[in-house]
Amino acid sequence: MRTYTIEREIEIEAPIDVVWRTITEPELIRTWFSDVADVEARPGAVGSLTFRADTDAPNIVGITVVAADRPHRFSYRWVYPPDEVAGEANSTLVTFTLVADTDQRTRLRVVESGLDQMDLTDDEKQKFFEDHRHGWQVQGDRLRDLFGAGHASSP
Amino acid sequence: MKHSSDDDDLWEAIADPTRRKLLDLLVTRGQATATTLTADMPVSRQAISKHLLLLQRVGLIDSRRQGREVRYEVREQRLAEATSALAEVADRWDHRLRAIKRLAEQSHAARRSTSAHSDGDRGAHEV
Repeated sequence: MRTYTIEREIEIEAPIDVVWRTITEPELIRTWFSDVADVEARPGAVGSLTFRADTDAPNIVGITVVAADRPHRFSYRWVYPPDEVAGEANSTLVTFTLVADTDQRTRLRVVESGLDQMDLTDDEKQKFFEDHRHGWQVQGDRLRDLFGAGHASSP
Repeated sequence: MKHSSDDDDLWEAIADPTRRKLLDLLVTRGQATATTLTADMPVSRQAISKHLLLLQRVGLIDSRRQGREVRYEVREQRLAEATSALAEVADRWDHRLRAIKRLAEQSHAARRSTSAHSDGDRGAHEV
């Protein structure tokens, strides 16, 4: 079965190893992603990400590293309850792919898949729709992009 | 907490890859018949008709009879509702990738200037 997939890509003016460290080292993950990152770039490593850490309702999700081939591929399952074991039914799969265009430029691609296989509760589905109900209008290009054909432009 | 089976149906409708492909074709073309859609899909016309019926039932598409043909088109407002959650996921990644880019480029630039002047390690600890 094909799964729902989001794919995005960006060009970065930095060597591949700098980009690798930015996406895998906990101290750096904290600057672009979660407030707290307890994760190790090693296949099978299990950890957690904490969002909204400074509020009354922090959101802690599990993360399990699937692949860590420095500096080319980093992949993990996430957004499952931290006391559960990651699987297709409770998590999505994120894969970062890094390609060195030159020794000073890196292409970083991220693919998140498995959203449509998640066993979301009714409340969660409801929330998905309610959170974003008053959003934007879907345009044709946008839709094709979303449905997997294209990828993101970088600014 | 209130729950709408309406949203459930909408979710199920767009969770299927064949139906997403159909919606994609309809968005691209504006309008199409089951026959012309079948030409671009690897499934039977009966299957296409079933998918179209389901999409129509959840309000994602409208049908209009024109002579002997039935033409289908996307209801954009409804589709926007259905896909905005997924668009949100994509937007978040765009945002994160831009942040990664900024960080990596800043730290790379800082390191280069540090090594060029060798008068301190400001910024070197960032990566």
